[in-house]
Amino acid sequence: MPDVDKGTVRITDIGPPNYENFLPPIIKKNYGKWLYHEILKPGVMVHVSETKDKLYTVRVGSTRIVSSDFVRDISNLADKYCNGYLRFTTRNNLEFLLDKEENIEPLIKEVQALGFPVGGMDHSLGNIVHTQGWLHCHTSASDASGVVKALMDEFYDYFVGDKLPAKVRMAFACCLNMCGSVGASDIAIVGMHRRPPTVMADRVKDLCEIPSTIAACPVDAVRPKTINGKPSVEIDEDRCVFCGNCYTVCPALPIADPLNDGLAIFVGGKVANARTKPTFSKLAVPWLPNNPPRWPEVIEAVRTILEAYKDGARRGERVSEWIERIGWPKFFKITGFEFTKYHIDDFRLGEATMNYSNYARL
Amino acid sequence: MAGTKHKTPLLDDLKEGKWPSFVKELERAAQKSPRTDDLIGLLEKSYRDHIPHWKHGGMAGVKGYGAGIVGRFSDSPEDFPGTQEYHTARINQIEGFFYTSDVLRKLADICDEHAGGLFNFHGSTGDIQILGFKQKEAEELFQKCAQLGFDLGGSGSALRTPSCCVGPARCEWANYDTLHVTDNLTREFQNEMHRPTFNYKFKIKCAGCPNDCIASGARSDLSIVGVWKDNIRIDQDQVAEYAKKFDIKKYVVDKCPTHCMDYTDDKLTIDDSNCVKCMHCINSMPKALRPGLQKGAQIRIGAKVPMVQGPRLGFILVPFYDINKDKEEDYTFLKDLIQKIWDFWDEYGTSRERIGELIQRVGVGNFLEAIELEPLPEMVEHPRANPFIKFEEYLVADEEEESKEG
Ligand code: HEM
Ligand code: SF4
Ligand code: SF4
Ligand code: SF4
Ligand code: SF4
Repeated sequence: MPDVDKGTVRITDIGPPNYENFLPPIIKKNYGKWLYHEILKPGVMVHVSETKDKLYTVRVGSTRIVSSDFVRDISNLADKYCNGYLRFTTRNNLEFLLDKEENIEPLIKEVQALGFPVGGMDHSLGNIVHTQGWLHCHTSASDASGVVKALMDEFYDYFVGDKLPAKVRMAFACCLNMCGSVGASDIAIVGMHRRPPTVMADRVKDLCEIPSTIAACPVDAVRPKTINGKPSVEIDEDRCVFCGNCYTVCPALPIADPLNDGLAIFVGGKVANARTKPTFSKLAVPWLPNNPPRWPEVIEAVRTILEAYKDGARRGERVSEWIERIGWPKFFKITGFEFTKYHIDDFRLGEATMNYSNYARL
Repeated sequence: MAGTKHKTPLLDDLKEGKWPSFVKELERAAQKSPRTDDLIGLLEKSYRDHIPHWKHGGMAGVKGYGAGIVGRFSDSPEDFPGTQEYHTARINQIEGFFYTSDVLRKLADICDEHAGGLFNFHGSTGDIQILGFKQKEAEELFQKCAQLGFDLGGSGSALRTPSCCVGPARCEWANYDTLHVTDNLTREFQNEMHRPTFNYKFKIKCAGCPNDCIASGARSDLSIVGVWKDNIRIDQDQVAEYAKKFDIKKYVVDKCPTHCMDYTDDKLTIDDSNCVKCMHCINSMPKALRPGLQKGAQIRIGAKVPMVQGPRLGFILVPFYDINKDKEEDYTFLKDLIQKIWDFWDEYGTSRERIGELIQRVGVGNFLEAIELEPLPEMVEHPRANPFIKFEEYLVADEEEESKEG
């Protein structure tokens, strides 16, 4: 549907560039013909094709938010070692695809010289997928890139190594909107608000559509109310679960609060179907304070989980399988995290999570 | 490298450490872009105040599109004028996230010239995001990208940019061409992506096998996952090689969720009729085991994040279908199914109700009837245990009928 604007043709609705034009020749040739792969060392694998061709992949962690010069740097490396091709992964890693084995080490040297780690494969801690945070979003209960950086600095060796019982997928979202759908990760860190939104009563009528604001609340805590003669809303503090959804539809209900915003940690989710079904992560720690720039409380909690997992899990067991085997009571005992009222689900269908049996590891 | 003109003691700390620093990336971009320099100042302010400094929403976009550009206005333009308007463009990624250095450099030039020199590679939905432009630059940014072959992605109550795993491009386990179908659907539904008319967002993601490297089953309204129907292909010689490296019974056979494997007398056998295609054994011995030859896909529906009625994973809607044959027919089956789902959602959904929530509200059975799919036992964990059945018909005795008429 080109649309002619001031004499030039305006381009619209063209969709993405055709991917076929961006596949390295070795991939084009072996598309759908791969036979198997092997991990050669942390961060490096080879795929072998029916045609006997071999494709080497070097996986490199990145910060997700990157400068245009970073893009130029990696383009130069792609030119030098990969005939000008490269790809990204779903977890914000870069992948250099090589058809010459002898290029692997020189490439890794250059990547490392630029300060970027090679790893994220097999029994490692993957790159942490994350959201915008304070850097670029108004609903954030925390910063995303900062917490992720602090964590990855701390657990760097798990990314560049393969010494965990199985892969660990960690994810971060700065509010319950969960851009990035982090909720099915081995360890999910989620920005939490803890106080109901403030009603800017004078502005509700001008900025918001009251019926949709009321409808946005999952627990019917938003009610219509006339304040100072103007239509507005009130929020029932006893019902509110601090999800921030009313704020998403109504800018006059800001929820961010420096004293009460913080982070929760959920564990034991997965998306892959291997051995056990996909499952959401479950609450381990309901709230930790925002303590920039290094968020030490969050780091300590994650360290506790990772160490308990490393010590307790059997080879090949994901966090969810490990906890399933030892039971949640033991998880709380080993980690020392307090099990509280907040850990018992009282939202819709929450009852289904009770233990309807006599099973208990006493 | 010079830093930023702002004093940023808190962020400076995040320039240290082994992991690459996003603060250094921000500073690199700020070398060329004063507004990104202000972004750093604004972020430092958040680090001090423990609160975001962005305003809610605000309009930004390009003519004829209702999606693809997300307006961002800071609440502190006096101190950080560059952040007064600092919008994001979602640029539809190349399927499988494959790029050439040539196209990346051109994107980098566009990003420097028309925005803040800052990208996300990639957003969690999968788009490339270009950050830091003003409304008055949006059209030129968009058209420069379009000339390079890139369109905008989805946002708001629209189809979000579909995305896929690396699939047959570099994975031996892909049961169908994830890149092809994702590209095809994206082209088919350009209007649904660019001009939001839905109740809420709708996400489609394509994974080549149940490893689901794109997390489709946890975050896409429609999740298409490759599976096979026939027998796992076994190379016994390679099994013997693996047996030298680890205990096959302990690490593979005993972990099969349906106990359908056996390893006796150095021979691996699988009762494929009981295999649920979980991928565990194949993942453990990629040289010895391969998915079968009768390849197709499974469709799951309804996954979403907590908003509004709580998080959901997708459940099986179609246990198996021949997507590879459908490919030859331009994915007619898939597109018809999607259209039926959207029609139902359009008719019965309320504002900000995701398809999974609507299905929950009206009942899966009614939804299946509406989209003309048969109920199947694969869809449920088990049949209902409670007897509160909403029978839709009952018999009436003849006299009753007569007396009613009489
Ligand atoms: C203005 C506020 C928001 C900002 C700045 C924001 C930012 C983003 C960004 C940049 C992405 C990645 C997009 C892409 O790759 O195309 C994303 C994805 C996502 N957003 Fe938001 N978002 C906002 C509001 C919301 C709201 C209100 C929800 C509510 C439900 C939400 C839920 C999600 C989810 C679930 C994803 C990930 C989807 C996926 O992984 O496929 N976001 N968001
Ligand atoms: S998770 Fe919440 S705070 Fe973070 S980017 Fe998404 S909407 Fe914004
Ligand atoms: S924050 Fe959530 S629970 Fe609280 S009033 Fe708003 S919509 Fe309701
Ligand atoms: S989902 Fe399956 S086919 Fe796709 S990349 Fe992952 S393992 Fe390969
Ligand atoms: S794929 Fe899973 S269910 Fe099937 S045989 Fe292998 S381990 Fe068992």
